[in-house]
Amino acid sequence: MARNVNFDPHLMEAGMESPVDEEDVHHSFNQIIAENSQSVAPSEAFELQQLQWELTEEVEDSVHPLPGQGHEPREEQQDQRDFGWGGDETDPLIANKWSSATLRILSSMPSRTIGRNRGAIISQYYNRTMQLRRRRQSRPSIKDLSRSARPSIRGYGNEEDTTDAEARKREHLVNNLQNLSVSDRVRMLREMPLSVAEKSNLRGLALQKERQTQASGQMHCCSQLKYYTIIAARQGWYSWLSFLHSLQLWQVPLKRVSGRFGTGVLSYFVFIKTLLLFNVFLFLVTGAFLVLPQALFPPDPSADKRSFYGLELLTGAGYFTDSVMYYGYYANYTLQKSCRVDGGHHNTSLTNGTMRGCISNHHHYNMPLAYFFTIGVAFFITCIILVYSMSKSFGRSFRIDKSHSVLAMKVLCSWDFKVVKETSVKIMSENICTQLKELLAEVSHKDDTKTAGQKLWRLMVHALAWAICIGSTTASVVSIFYFSDNMHRNLKERFHEDPLLKEASMLALPVLVSFINLLLPGLFNLSAWMEDYESPSVRTYVSISRNLMLKVSILGVLCYHWLGRVAADSGLTCWESYVGQELYRFLIMEFIFTLLDTLFGELLWRLFSERVLRRRRRPVFDIARNVLELIYGQTLAWLGVLFTPLLPAVQILKLLLLFYIKKSSVMMNCQAPRKPYRVSQMTTIFITLLCFPSFVGASVCVTYTMWSIKPSSSCGPFRELKTMFQAGKRWVEKLEEGNQNLSVLANAYSYLVEHPFFLFLGAGIFLIVIYFHSQVVDGQRKIISLLQEQIENEGEDKKFLISRLQSIHEQRRGPNRRQRRQDSSC
Amino acid sequence: MPFPEESRLSVVRLRSQGFSGKRWVINKQSLRMNNSMPTRLHGRYHELAPHLVPMDYTSDPDCKLPLALIVNMPELKENPFRNRIVEAFSEDGMGNLSFNEFVDMFSVLSETAPRELKAIYAFKIYDFNVDNFLCKEDLEKTLNKLTKEELTPEEVDLVCEKTIEEADLDGDNKLSFADFENMISRAPDFLSTFHIRI
Repeated sequence: MARNVNFDPHLMEAGMESPVDEEDVHHSFNQIIAENSQSVAPSEAFELQQLQWELTEEVEDSVHPLPGQGHEPREEQQDQRDFGWGGDETDPLIANKWSSATLRILSSMPSRTIGRNRGAIISQYYNRTMQLRRRRQSRPSIKDLSRSARPSIRGYGNEEDTTDAEARKREHLVNNLQNLSVSDRVRMLREMPLSVAEKSNLRGLALQKERQTQASGQMHCCSQLKYYTIIAARQGWYSWLSFLHSLQLWQVPLKRVSGRFGTGVLSYFVFIKTLLLFNVFLFLVTGAFLVLPQALFPPDPSADKRSFYGLELLTGAGYFTDSVMYYGYYANYTLQKSCRVDGGHHNTSLTNGTMRGCISNHHHYNMPLAYFFTIGVAFFITCIILVYSMSKSFGRSFRIDKSHSVLAMKVLCSWDFKVVKETSVKIMSENICTQLKELLAEVSHKDDTKTAGQKLWRLMVHALAWAICIGSTTASVVSIFYFSDNMHRNLKERFHEDPLLKEASMLALPVLVSFINLLLPGLFNLSAWMEDYESPSVRTYVSISRNLMLKVSILGVLCYHWLGRVAADSGLTCWESYVGQELYRFLIMEFIFTLLDTLFGELLWRLFSERVLRRRRRPVFDIARNVLELIYGQTLAWLGVLFTPLLPAVQILKLLLLFYIKKSSVMMNCQAPRKPYRVSQMTTIFITLLCFPSFVGASVCVTYTMWSIKPSSSCGPFRELKTMFQAGKRWVEKLEEGNQNLSVLANAYSYLVEHPFFLFLGAGIFLIVIYFHSQVVDGQRKIISLLQEQIENEGEDKKFLISRLQSIHEQRRGPNRRQRRQDSSC
Repeated sequence: MPFPEESRLSVVRLRSQGFSGKRWVINKQSLRMNNSMPTRLHGRYHELAPHLVPMDYTSDPDCKLPLALIVNMPELKENPFRNRIVEAFSEDGMGNLSFNEFVDMFSVLSETAPRELKAIYAFKIYDFNVDNFLCKEDLEKTLNKLTKEELTPEEVDLVCEKTIEEADLDGDNKLSFADFENMISRAPDFLSTFHIRI
């Protein structure tokens, strides 16, 4: 998360926190330096000397007298103390050269005590809240600050002397907290490393004061209203969150999976949960605004009523053709409460809207308009939610600096605390051990360069692998193209055949596509194995890009087939319903093939490798491939919403079943991945893939359908119109007729939407905003390198001051020591 | 979002206001009905030592469970750092946790705790000798716990040296909290791996 960096000494020092309570009071460094640079009175010098002598004795018993000491042998320490410091100029901070007094001073340095006691934490947070208040009010201008090349020395909110009493500091802190905005206050309290009791105390005090000021002063009615609104909104939000949490959708299964396999495999199941939520939202919207009204006012039943065979569940045709599932069922007139004429027949008219002989004025529902707007608004809201979650995920995982500290991160950040099963913990330890050994080998063999011949060979192998992948993708795309063309032509010629057989033959295309989707990733895996990548993350990215290329091209050719060929075909009575049925079939087939893949790829493979090959290694759960399958399924669902408003419900059922089946399969058959898996980066990539090719592609297709394709003339809510878009236009025209004032709005609307100039303008502004943000990121990178330089400089300063202190102390001690030695030798 | 600070603090607020009977006295029935997080945690705390932990907190009892009981929880049992985790959250440094500290522990280890708080406690966990620095010994102990002592001593030495070399910014041959936090900020996975589900 790229925070706004500001030159602030407090934030930099603020890090050293450890709320271990100690009785020491925090001293400022200046005081100590001042003490030591003045001439020390002989008695004090003698006291320091005594102390040092005692400590020397302690040290001789080889006990650590002070924390933070080095571990060099004690004898050296003594010798160098005797001869005074003046030896090694290159590294004055080697601990064995320091005297005990210096060590004592060092141990009470601000950077080592600042986090240790409550008073220090409170004073530190006082400064933070002060600074936050100032920042919220107004930024100090650079001109007002004293010039300095080192930003930390500038007078940015100078810290007061921290030797104030703790109670006063606490009062100041409470005062500051009270003056912050509510969200800032909650955030500050959350971040404080104090105990719960302390925090609640502070919070209580802050609220108490607030109530007092409210009661005493006359608050302006608007701000009071705002205050109550904010409180109410916050309470509402928290109760909604606790309700969501109490639903505990899949809490226990997720915990079991993460306990056994860690965060990587867990992210797949969390992704299923995310997709489920998207589909639930879509289902609620389409169900409430499209399916329910149409189901309550069914149109005339069509002539051929088919009976239910079992095949409909697979093909979606037959009994389901003329049902609320598909586009063709929906009325193109305004639904009104039925008025019975002629003993039960609805007198419906196919022209714009009025029912002959019916004067009911309640419950008008303009179906075409509702259809148009529901789909549009659902897509728009999904887009907003997707972009928001994508940006949040990106913010969490984006790092400005390229990480050079891979080994340190592997040691300190790689342990997955979620894993609780004993065997999994063992596997994880082994993995980390292996990865550390590999990193060490890499670090020590970094200068191994390959010869030109080896490089050429590797290049050829890569080229061959890519050729295989691209070739197989192209071959499958071309075969789908011709096969779909063939099937479509055959469909028209086979009218006299058994309808059941005809329907079953419509399953051929989905089966072919799912088969290709199953086989080709295996081929890609083989070629990746042949290429033998060194870095596992590069291998993952290459595999994802190949699979993505395959799926995008397949979906592209299918969209061309549906929107280009089928839509233009005048032979079909209702092409939209046909396309909806196709999408339903594709979704079902994809589900069936995923089940088959789970069965063969995981269960049977495990049995085979255990019984026949007698290996202990189980198959590894390939997270990337499975997530891409999910994204592919979701793209189909989004493509199909326009033609099949109930498709989200099918997708919901499919995801629910998939979750439980995959979970049982993973628990029974698989083991955790052996390669390191960067969870947040992968999650960001997947949600970006969900947004960018998947959702954007689906919405482009739907927009194209609504904008340019002529709807079929005998079914659906857009029967007479030239394009679906005209439904919206007609409504605007009608409004205009009704009320002349709205003509401005209508004109503005048509001007904005139909002229390309504004589109270009919008895109241009977007690009400019992106450019500015990239410049900001660049600037922050530069600031980070400046700050790192500054930290090194401060480190040098510290070393210098410490060595000076040491030398001054040695000088003063020198004559006294000689005197003492003479005394003691007598 | 499993852990809004509000709900956690509200627990203590209710206690400090002497709220008795209806809200805070937990009996077995309310544990089943009321699914809010503090109640659930109290259930877990109680089942560690049913005869020690009171159900009624109105009299503000001072009850601490020893380290040995807490590290037997299934979420912590196999974790190589379990002793350090519990010690880091205990006020006395010995691993005896009161209920407040118990809640504190699972709150910091939850999904939504802020990154700074997690970094503070992670630093404390890895700081075996509690000197506010991660010196070479601390790193060696961490490494041995991570790899279950599978690495040779030379490899351990090399890894520790390289780690300090990579992460130490101010050149004092050990990692202060600022160095640690700087390194954590470059590891986006830290937030998701430093998380225990309860």
